[in-house]
Amino acid sequence: MDTYYKSKRTGDLIRYSLSYVVLIICAGIFIFPFLWMLSTAFKIPSEAYTLPPKLFPKTFTLDNFIEGWKYADFTRYTFNTLTVTLLATLGTVLSASFVAYGFARFKSRYNNLLFTAVLATLMLPSQVTLVPTYLLFTKMGWLDTLKPLIVPSFFGGGAFNIFLLRQFFRSIPKDLDEAAYIDGANAFQIYYKILLPAIKPALITVALMSITFHWNDYMSPLIYLNSDQNFTLAIGLQFFQNSFGSSQIQMLMAVSLITVIPVLILFFVGQRHFVQGITMTGIKG
Amino acid sequence: MKARKNSIAKREERHFFFFISPWLLGFLIFTLYPMIFSVILVFTNMDMTGSGQFIGFANIIRAFGQDPLFYKSLLNTLYFVLVSVPVSLILAFLIALLLNQKIRGVGFFRTSFYIPYITSGVAVTLLWGWIFNAQYGLINYFLSLFGISGPSWLSDTKWAMPAIIIMGVWTIGNSIIITLAGLQDIPEQLYESAEIDGANGLVKVMRITLPLVTPTLYFNLIMGIIGGFQIFMQPYILTEGGPSYATYTYMMHIYNHGFKYSEMGYASTLAWLLFIVIMIITQIVNRTSKYWVYYDN
Repeated sequence: MDTYYKSKRTGDLIRYSLSYVVLIICAGIFIFPFLWMLSTAFKIPSEAYTLPPKLFPKTFTLDNFIEGWKYADFTRYTFNTLTVTLLATLGTVLSASFVAYGFARFKSRYNNLLFTAVLATLMLPSQVTLVPTYLLFTKMGWLDTLKPLIVPSFFGGGAFNIFLLRQFFRSIPKDLDEAAYIDGANAFQIYYKILLPAIKPALITVALMSITFHWNDYMSPLIYLNSDQNFTLAIGLQFFQNSFGSSQIQMLMAVSLITVIPVLILFFVGQRHFVQGITMTGIKG
Repeated sequence: MKARKNSIAKREERHFFFFISPWLLGFLIFTLYPMIFSVILVFTNMDMTGSGQFIGFANIIRAFGQDPLFYKSLLNTLYFVLVSVPVSLILAFLIALLLNQKIRGVGFFRTSFYIPYITSGVAVTLLWGWIFNAQYGLINYFLSLFGISGPSWLSDTKWAMPAIIIMGVWTIGNSIIITLAGLQDIPEQLYESAEIDGANGLVKVMRITLPLVTPTLYFNLIMGIIGGFQIFMQPYILTEGGPSYATYTYMMHIYNHGFKYSEMGYASTLAWLLFIVIMIITQIVNRTSKYWVYYDN
């Protein structure tokens, strides 16, 4: 009996160490590209192209950040991206929670039918509506403005977010609403005074996912924006690359790094919520 | 009493419509109307300014009969989906399995695997362009350490698509976390009783873990297929579809016809054909699911 446990324990130890080593190697592979981006961003041109590549630059320079940032109007692009990201996220959080509250709390003959429609839109690839939506915005004179990237978020905040928040609302006992009703609160007051604070973690999850989505979004800005002054970082970066090619890679990496850093900081701050939100999708999806 | 009940029901209904009104409005403007409009577009040769005529089935005939790039882009996209989706699924499962153990620093590992997913924008795509650089790139340097002279990746017709796939697989963080959540739902007692019966690690994985996590794998598979068919940004930025259309994806074909050549009618036709292809494939997967997806009830 004793030897059985001993051999089991040794076996566990070997297995444990082995998976540890494999995990470290895998994690290294996933992280390494960022380290390379980081190191290239601080290199002088001649060193960026030396073989074998060095992870630690011999001569550290900040020129790439300064020169690269000056090369195009990146300050402007950042401002545009921030505007889109913040307003679209505000719209997403407000309207998705508002709509989810309606679906979660009120009886109607049409509740099931319309909620099925919400879920059905999840399956529809965006390409199908892409062209007519473009024509619609053109007709409204919204082309080459930030409006097409912001305004749609205020109309429900996306099927997926409605779905997620509805699940959260339903996990809160309805007695809470009823008690508030008796105290004289109306439906709207219950929504924003009682239920919104109660699902704060879920709202943070939705906000974080919305921020990373809009910050990284490429397709919509590509389609709707034409002039330099309206560009977002995604489009600005691509033009920067087109004009430099790969001849100034250290500058390209420096500017890219600056645009990635806000998302990374956000991730570290909100890590717990990120994982929680994603986990929810896995179980309830 | 009955009248009172009725008035409560009416109030509920009024509240329901009041709160869902933003979505309802958005659904009508941004989904239903574009969908109907898009069907009409299929039968016209409308351009970006919105002018054009009714041309019957000409767009559909053109796609199937007179557009070699329709087949090329569809096959390229299928290639991408058929390789990247299974590889991502298996890799995500294996990594999630490792992460599901009681391991020190699990937060660090989770972060490492998840970061590529949340940063996957233009900046990171450009980074990969540099990694795949034939002369100075990281990958070819790494291969050279083993005496292998790497291909010129993005400018080689054989290797350009594999490069895009490698980059796609690198962003599996989301699937890993979802799979991990599925794994953590499996009751510990099952493993304990299997151990008493003398099952070893591999048997436990094959007989308990794998069957019980199939619903999660199924979810990842469907999401992977739908997402995979829409691959656009990475090849568009890295190769613009080249060399010789080796990475020219279906989404790029739609984009080019709609927004470069101003053929809104034809672009809509292509979009609907893609929708049909995705529907057929997800339906096939759905049909097979009863043979391999384990459900509790």
